[in-house]
Amino acid sequence: MESSPNNRPAIEFRRVSFRPNGTGDIVQDLNLQIRRGETLVLLGRSGSGKTTTLKLINHLLAPTTGEILVDGRPIREWDIIRLRRMIGYVIQEIGLFPHFTIERNIGLVPRIENWAEDRIRKRVEELLNLVGLDPQIASRYPHELSGGQRQRVGVARALAADPPILLMDEPFGALDPLTRAELQREFLQLQTRLQKTVVFVTHDLHEAVILGTRIALMEAGQMVTLQTRDEFLTSREPLVMAYKDAFDTNLKNTRERA
Amino acid sequence: MNVWQFIVQNHVEVAELTLEHVWLVGLSMVFAVIVGIPLGVAITRWPSLNKPVLGSANVIQTIPSLALFGFLLPAPWIGARADRLAILALTLYALLPLIRNTYAGIKGVDPAVVEAGRGMGLTDRQLLFQVELPLALGVIIAGIRVATVLLIGLTTIAAAIGAGGLGEYIFRGLAMVNNAVILAGAIPAAALALLADVGLGWLERRLSPHAA
Repeated sequence: MESSPNNRPAIEFRRVSFRPNGTGDIVQDLNLQIRRGETLVLLGRSGSGKTTTLKLINHLLAPTTGEILVDGRPIREWDIIRLRRMIGYVIQEIGLFPHFTIERNIGLVPRIENWAEDRIRKRVEELLNLVGLDPQIASRYPHELSGGQRQRVGVARALAADPPILLMDEPFGALDPLTRAELQREFLQLQTRLQKTVVFVTHDLHEAVILGTRIALMEAGQMVTLQTRDEFLTSREPLVMAYKDAFDTNLKNTRERA
Repeated sequence: MNVWQFIVQNHVEVAELTLEHVWLVGLSMVFAVIVGIPLGVAITRWPSLNKPVLGSANVIQTIPSLALFGFLLPAPWIGARADRLAILALTLYALLPLIRNTYAGIKGVDPAVVEAGRGMGLTDRQLLFQVELPLALGVIIAGIRVATVLLIGLTTIAAAIGAGGLGEYIFRGLAMVNNAVILAGAIPAAALALLADVGLGWLERRLSPHAA
């Protein structure tokens, strides 16, 4: 079964720890298999190690011990640049290049991969439509766009070279609640069509249960549980309960105050 | 005779000395840019070089210019001609603002932008030339501007070792106790400095990337 390419996990963590010199473990003995086409949410509070886990996948950070496999191959055997170009990366701060137009931002990876110019142009237009933006904005600069539009461009840029894997680090965290809900809905529709392997980091329980097919709860560098959305919602595990309680209490308090 | 009469009467010589001045500053700046910007980039890549490089550039800057011209006098080939010597010393003086601003400019690029670029699979070279240097350009030009204005002033002292330039008038005027002659060197030098400041300031604003 291991060798059959379709059953092989897209990403696999084998006893991975990350311990930058001197400090304690930021990620501790992590074992995790991420399936092809699933949306795995890494849920946890600030400092729980979820972003670190994400950055270990595209090798922005290197594990101290253990091994990470992408597509069945250990990361150290990959050409890191090649690996990163098949992994889309979306971060909360978006990180659009302020000196590039939207067209050049989205077309960056295709361009360095030497696609023909008219193919890039078509792809940019296609992607802007896909993420619900008017292709007219292609010639604008990032600072001329709203936060929600910028984040959509960030998603489009990550999808540009059609990578099989998408890493998303609180991509909707800085948006207002309405725009955020809109982007979550669009993400779900997009994911139904595209079937990417998505690893999604958030501290927001609601976002986790809306988007995730499976949810991994992290606490102090360790993965506490890994459950499907339905299991998670009915789970009675203490840490999961604590997390759900915190959100419910917030909600209840707000209701009572209203 | 006042300074204007002096300048009008000697306009050919004033023009020659001004050109010589510009040539000394210009050539020194070209060398300083060729050396300083790569050094500034290098210390962003190898942080252990940071202290020795910036430290040395700092020390050079603290040496009084007249003394530096004197120190370099015994150097082979360089010391044989006053203009070579002046250009070397001026290049060394211009290094600090160039290295420091290149470093600060690159370090000042939004870390999210750099991380996004790295995460997308840009090579270090692509990241440097397509992202970091373009975004640092405004700050780097600001360094060039500071260095150029500094050199225009320092070059007047190079006349003391016979390198030419507008300092000739200043030293001649001092020897003759003639203010008009001193000013015939000082005013064009000040005008050059202002011109460089305004021109490079304009370039700096033009080339600064859009605010995010």
